[in-house]
Amino acid sequence: MPLDVTNRRPKTIATSKKGTSNKIKAKEAVPLKKQGEPRWYSADDVPRAIPSRKSHAKPTRLRSSITPGTVLIVLAGRFRGKRVVFLKQLASGLLLVTGPYKINGVPIRRLNQAYVIATSTKIDVSSVDVKSIDDKFFAKAKEAPKKKKDGEEFFEQKEEKKVISDARKKEQSRVDGALLPLIKKVPQLYHYLNAKFTLTNGVYPHAIKF
Amino acid sequence: MVQGRKGERVRLYVRGTILGYKRSKSNQYPNTSMVQIEGVNTKEEVAWYAGKRLAYIYKAKVKKNGTHYRCIWGKVTRPHGNSGVVRTKFKSNLPPRSMGARVRVFMYPSNI
Repeated sequence: MPLDVTNRRPKTIATSKKGTSNKIKAKEAVPLKKQGEPRWYSADDVPRAIPSRKSHAKPTRLRSSITPGTVLIVLAGRFRGKRVVFLKQLASGLLLVTGPYKINGVPIRRLNQAYVIATSTKIDVSSVDVKSIDDKFFAKAKEAPKKKKDGEEFFEQKEEKKVISDARKKEQSRVDGALLPLIKKVPQLYHYLNAKFTLTNGVYPHAIKF
Repeated sequence: MVQGRKGERVRLYVRGTILGYKRSKSNQYPNTSMVQIEGVNTKEEVAWYAGKRLAYIYKAKVKKNGTHYRCIWGKVTRPHGNSGVVRTKFKSNLPPRSMGARVRVFMYPSNI
């Protein structure tokens, strides 16, 4: 929008000569500036940004069957079939979950509610402090900006081993360290979390009481 | 169908059979297929499966994405009749050769 556009409104609209009908006559003495009205109008039509209709005010509703300490069955993804312990719901709506890692190899991870079945098995995890873990904990580390690809570099197979940050390992051992004694107290729970969930012949999910 | 997976196999889907297209005596509507889910015999039992995702998996000669296996995804839409048959819609209509074939009924999106 050019700033030097002069869109001066005349203080009053020029009255026409006598005798001619002029509808503008009725608009005599138009005030130059009303309160709140812009003084300058842009020469081009500026499209108004449509306000987003996404409601971020309410977080995803957590199913009543999922409470901190519930054992969940993962239905899809890399860890499908595993039974994991639910810790808390994150601001993004995803569920924060841990294996614990020593038991079934599931690290501190986020899961979507829809891909999880809540069992009725619950542990008291009030003593486990997970306040410090939020969505930012899982943000991908920003890679250094890649240089322009030369002919050689383009064909070079990048062997990038996924390195798990020390921060993650530290959090993992801290959370699991608090959880493991709680799990060991409950008979057979350790082996329950170690085992995978599977459907077998004659077992139908609509009839299972989870 | 993950290559190189060494762990124990777990079945996290219910087996189903594709019965054919939604149809009347002389007209068929290929955008909706009918599926018989194993172990489901009444309209009330179908309620659990409403909205669950389905996969029709088939093999092809040409490798795509590094595998001979291909998949058409779909979902359970509603019951069909009183005896546990289910209507389903797939991303693209199922091919006629799928009639009588196996379909996987997954347990997600879960509501339990």
